[in-house]
This record gives sequence, C-alpha cells and structure tokens, in this order.
Amino acid sequence: MKNDLVLRVVAKLFTPFVLLFALYVQFHGELGPGGGFQAGVIVAAAVILYAIVFGLPAARRLVPDAIVESMMAIGVLIYAGVGVAGLLLGGAYLDYFVLDRDPVHGQERGIFWVEIGVAITVSSVMLKIFAMFASRGHDPDE
Amino acid sequence: MMAVLVVAVAVQRNLFSVVVLTGIYSFLMASVLVALDAVDVAMTEASVGAGISTVLLLGALYLVRADEAKPMHRPLLPLLVSVGVGAALVYGTLGLPAFSDPSAPIHTHVAPRYLNDALRETGVPNVVTAVLASYRGYDTLGETTVVFTAGVGVVALLRRRRRRGGGGE
Repeated sequence: MKNDLVLRVVAKLFTPFVLLFALYVQFHGELGPGGGFQAGVIVAAAVILYAIVFGLPAARRLVPDAIVESMMAIGVLIYAGVGVAGLLLGGAYLDYFVLDRDPVHGQERGIFWVEIGVAITVSSVMLKIFAMFASRGHDPDE
Repeated sequence: MMAVLVVAVAVQRNLFSVVVLTGIYSFLMASVLVALDAVDVAMTEASVGAGISTVLLLGALYLVRADEAKPMHRPLLPLLVSVGVGAALVYGTLGLPAFSDPSAPIHTHVAPRYLNDALRETGVPNVVTAVLASYRGYDTLGETTVVFTAGVGVVALLRRRRRRGGGGE
C-alpha cells in the first residue's frame, strides 16, 4: 500500500489526531469514558495504521523494537511501583491514600500513575503482537 | 441482526468474510453497550473487538489459507451439545432477578457505596475509573500482568521460530 497516494496522505493526516485522541482518552478518563486500557489500544492502533500504510520497517524505525519490548515491562513496573510506593509511605500495597497529605489527592495521584502504567503496557503489547504477526512470512532483513 | 451475523459467521467458509463479519458484530455490540449506558465498555469493545483483533486476525489470515478446511465429521453431535448447553443457560437465566431490578443482589452489595462515595473518597468523577484503578486495583494489576504475559508469550513463541528459520537458510 506504500504507493497509494490517497492512503499515504490520509494516514499521515490521521495519525497525529489519533494520538491526540489517545491522550485525551488517557487524561480525561477520570472525567469521561476511557482510561489507560482504551488509550493504550488507540496509541497502538495509530502506529499499526502507520505500519500498514508505510510498511513495517518504517514503523520499526519510528518505534524501535527495543523500546516496545522494554515498555511492555515498564508499564507493569510502574503499576507495581505505585503499590510499593504506598508500602514505603506506610500504607498497604496499592493504598493510594498515603501518596499525598490529602487522601483524595493521593487517590487521584495513584489512579493517574496506575492508568499510565496500564496504557504503556497495553499499547506496547498490542504493537508487539501485531509486529510479530506481520513480520512472519517476510524476510527479516526486508 | 446480531443473531443473523452469528449464523452468517458459522455458515461462511471464507475466513476473510468471517473476520469482516466479526468486526461488524463487535461494532453492533458496542452500540448495544452504548444503549445500556456502559460507555467505557463500549469504547473498549469498539477499539479492541472491532479494531485491534480484526487487524490481528487479518494478519494471521495473511499467513494461512483464506478458506476454512472441510469438517472431518458430521456436525450433528456438536450441534446437539451446543443447543443443550444453550438451553441449560437460558433455563438458568430464569432464576436471575429481572433486568434492571433495583433490589437485585448486584445493586445492593457494594455498588451503592461506589456510586455514593467514589467521588468523595477518590476525587474521580468517573466511577468506572475509580472502581478499576482504586477499589479494584489488585484486579487491574492482575489484568495488566495478563496482558504483559500474553505479549511475552507471543514474543517467546514467534521469535524463536523466526531465528530457527534464519539459521536453516
């Protein structure tokens, strides 16, 4: 699909808006529908769109494999780290009330970081699975 | 309409059409969820069910043949089993409280506390997010770990095979 002008232009126009919408879903998830999982999927969808139109190697240059693979673990670690932070500050595991002097602020902070962890893991895992499937049957050096 | 789609998926032998039909099914499901006021779930269904899984299935289809293999046996026994299980499940729903009955156990256990206290306790107006990330934080941690494990599993399975193929060339 690399040579289709319409697809290339539309994909290029779409990608930033999709990413922006993902950020909106991520950070507005506390107020409206959405959250880390949905935002992560939308980010992955944006990169997958790019990969489908411009080819997997181009997407790999954009988001190198090493980054995707480490992000898979970083997301879970952020989530678990929020729990450990609660432990260190004298609460129970995943207890957000102790994360700030004001318990409600602590909750907000905890939820914020937890959602970021979810988004990072979900988006990178979706991307990785897609890349793994899409690169089968091709020459790896292509 | 969804029932028609399901029958079409079961009857259709061309896997490409099946993938497209399941995508349509997911979008219809998302509309149903919106009608039920479950916007968060609808969003997930639309993005994961209709978006990502369709792309992944198409990616998998690219690697295999697009036509389903002919079944090796008569489908009579499986049909009987699935109709029997379905009938048992429908019989089971007769014992459930009526739809949107306010005195059903699910609405009287922890739901009132979430709905009444979530904003005051967590400062997050979207109760779904509050329940997911705070009240049920352990569950969501487990969920994230499952996603992570799935990714690691795919990497472990597919990468090794590719390397072996590269070594044989």
